[in-house]
Amino acid sequence: MIAITLAEASMLPLYIIIGYLALLIGLGLVSSAFFRGTAADYFVVSRSVGSFLLLMSVFGTTMTGFALVGSTGKAFTSGIGVYGLMASWSGLIHSTCFFLVGIKLWAVGKRYGYVTQCQYFRERFDSPALGYMLFPVLVLLVIPYLLVGVIAAGKFLQASTAGMFLEAFPLPNLPNGKPNPMSGGLPPWFGAGIICLVVLSYVFFGGLRGAVWANTFQTLVFMITGVIAFTMISQKLGGLAAASEKLLASNHAERAARTGQIGYAQFFSYCFIPLSVGMFPHLFQHWLTAKSAKTFRLTVVAHPIFIAIVWVPCILIGIWAAGMLPPTVNPNAVLGIMISKLVESPLLSGLVGAGVLAAIMSSLDSQFMCIGTMFTNDIVVRLVGHDRYSDHQKIWISRGFVLGVVAVTYAIAVMLMVQGDTHVFDLGVWCFSGFAALFPLVFAAVYWKHTTKLGAIACLLTTAIVWFVFFYRDIFMAKPEGAEGEALVMGMMPVTFIFAASAAALVIVSLITPRLPDRIVNKFFAPALHNA
Amino acid sequence: MRKIVWLLVIALFVLHQDFWFWDNRTLVFGFLPIGLFYHAMFSFAAAGVWLLAVKFAWPDEIEQWADQTDAEDHA
Repeated sequence: MIAITLAEASMLPLYIIIGYLALLIGLGLVSSAFFRGTAADYFVVSRSVGSFLLLMSVFGTTMTGFALVGSTGKAFTSGIGVYGLMASWSGLIHSTCFFLVGIKLWAVGKRYGYVTQCQYFRERFDSPALGYMLFPVLVLLVIPYLLVGVIAAGKFLQASTAGMFLEAFPLPNLPNGKPNPMSGGLPPWFGAGIICLVVLSYVFFGGLRGAVWANTFQTLVFMITGVIAFTMISQKLGGLAAASEKLLASNHAERAARTGQIGYAQFFSYCFIPLSVGMFPHLFQHWLTAKSAKTFRLTVVAHPIFIAIVWVPCILIGIWAAGMLPPTVNPNAVLGIMISKLVESPLLSGLVGAGVLAAIMSSLDSQFMCIGTMFTNDIVVRLVGHDRYSDHQKIWISRGFVLGVVAVTYAIAVMLMVQGDTHVFDLGVWCFSGFAALFPLVFAAVYWKHTTKLGAIACLLTTAIVWFVFFYRDIFMAKPEGAEGEALVMGMMPVTFIFAASAAALVIVSLITPRLPDRIVNKFFAPALHNA
Repeated sequence: MRKIVWLLVIALFVLHQDFWFWDNRTLVFGFLPIGLFYHAMFSFAAAGVWLLAVKFAWPDEIEQWADQTDAEDHA
């Protein structure tokens, strides 16, 4: 068993991370040189993104820091079933959403010049009210997701730099008298601020083009560093076979299977979570950047393979760690401990640190950008009038909103970090559940002509109400002893029931309320679309 | 062929629930637990099925529709 002690820290990982962040800023500056000065270029890269960039930016956006750190930690506590639960479901369902929903929304967006979801839903259902109701729901669901990213980045930078600045940032000893392992690390508020500034720099000037270029680079970084870490760890364990044999010989051999760790119903019900990609506003915006429908082909096919490349090594590291580390270890620290204690290479620690930050930032940038885009187009331009502002003015309004959103997110994140509030991490799965439960809305909008305005509104309201009931039960109500893990209802994820209620409301209300006029519906169901 | 592709997609949804490997700790290639191996192969199979989908079930007409305006449609 590996003993965990506080070791003297090398500065090399920090230098590598600083170099990586500098490269990102440089990339942002280069991408802004290609900026064409139009609103369409700022919001959707003039709908000119090719296959490779679309694949990398969509993959980078859907993978968060959880893909490296969280997957390893979750496998450490729950075994190999985590791959089926999250990765293989995502591989199948994300591509299904790209194929069935993404391509059609791209076509509608290109034909009518949409840049936000609210624009599409408002016109599809001829309902400004629906647009105004959807806007706060989408923003409220994205903000906790942003907070998770910003706080995770701050905490990760603190852990990566622990021991480097013992005089500047000392921490008091733990209650048991042992030194705090985070002592000497950059304070989370400082690290989170640096990450926000870096992301802001390339999104502010380059718009979505900056995010697309940065995401491509960041996706390459976190994929490559994951594979390098896996190779070096397995070598140190005596090879792949020796590492897995050690697990089977340990007290945690059950991590190589699923019995007692993941139930059948839980395993199945996770299929609803990845449907969230169908309603993510930041992903919607990325879809609109595609040069053509054919551009989606590479993304649809390669996405499941990319997920396997990132997740399989992390799951293996997690289960190997279960046979070597004490079960009391913080799951989110497992990857870092395996690298620092086994490989003992500051170079690798720095590379993996850059990889984890890459995964976090590749989601943050798109989310900041999409909120700025939504405030500009769904609120300001909508209320003041489309022709009132020039492209130049719209870009600066959006930049102002991006700046404001980054500042507000950072301020809330710092407040939560100061209070030591950890509930925000519980919000992650609830954000996904909320977006997933709205999937019936987008699917019906694209495929079912009989969906009515009231059916769409009923779907939205039902999702909000049922989501809140389950959310309140999980986050605010006292849990029975021994129920600290995932909130399950009848063995299933709550999203199963929110999704069912949302879909039922949409169908039932659509069947009993007046249909929309054909002239409106047919705009979105041209024969080519309908038969596709 | 289009129907076969969609049947394959449905088959993948069913095959995801691999209760037959739930308690099996066999190592494939000496290092990969069989449940993990199965799902890693599942990811590659999903990519294969989507390759068939883009080849045989691709909505070719959508490109042209996206480039048109309503006025062109009615012309």
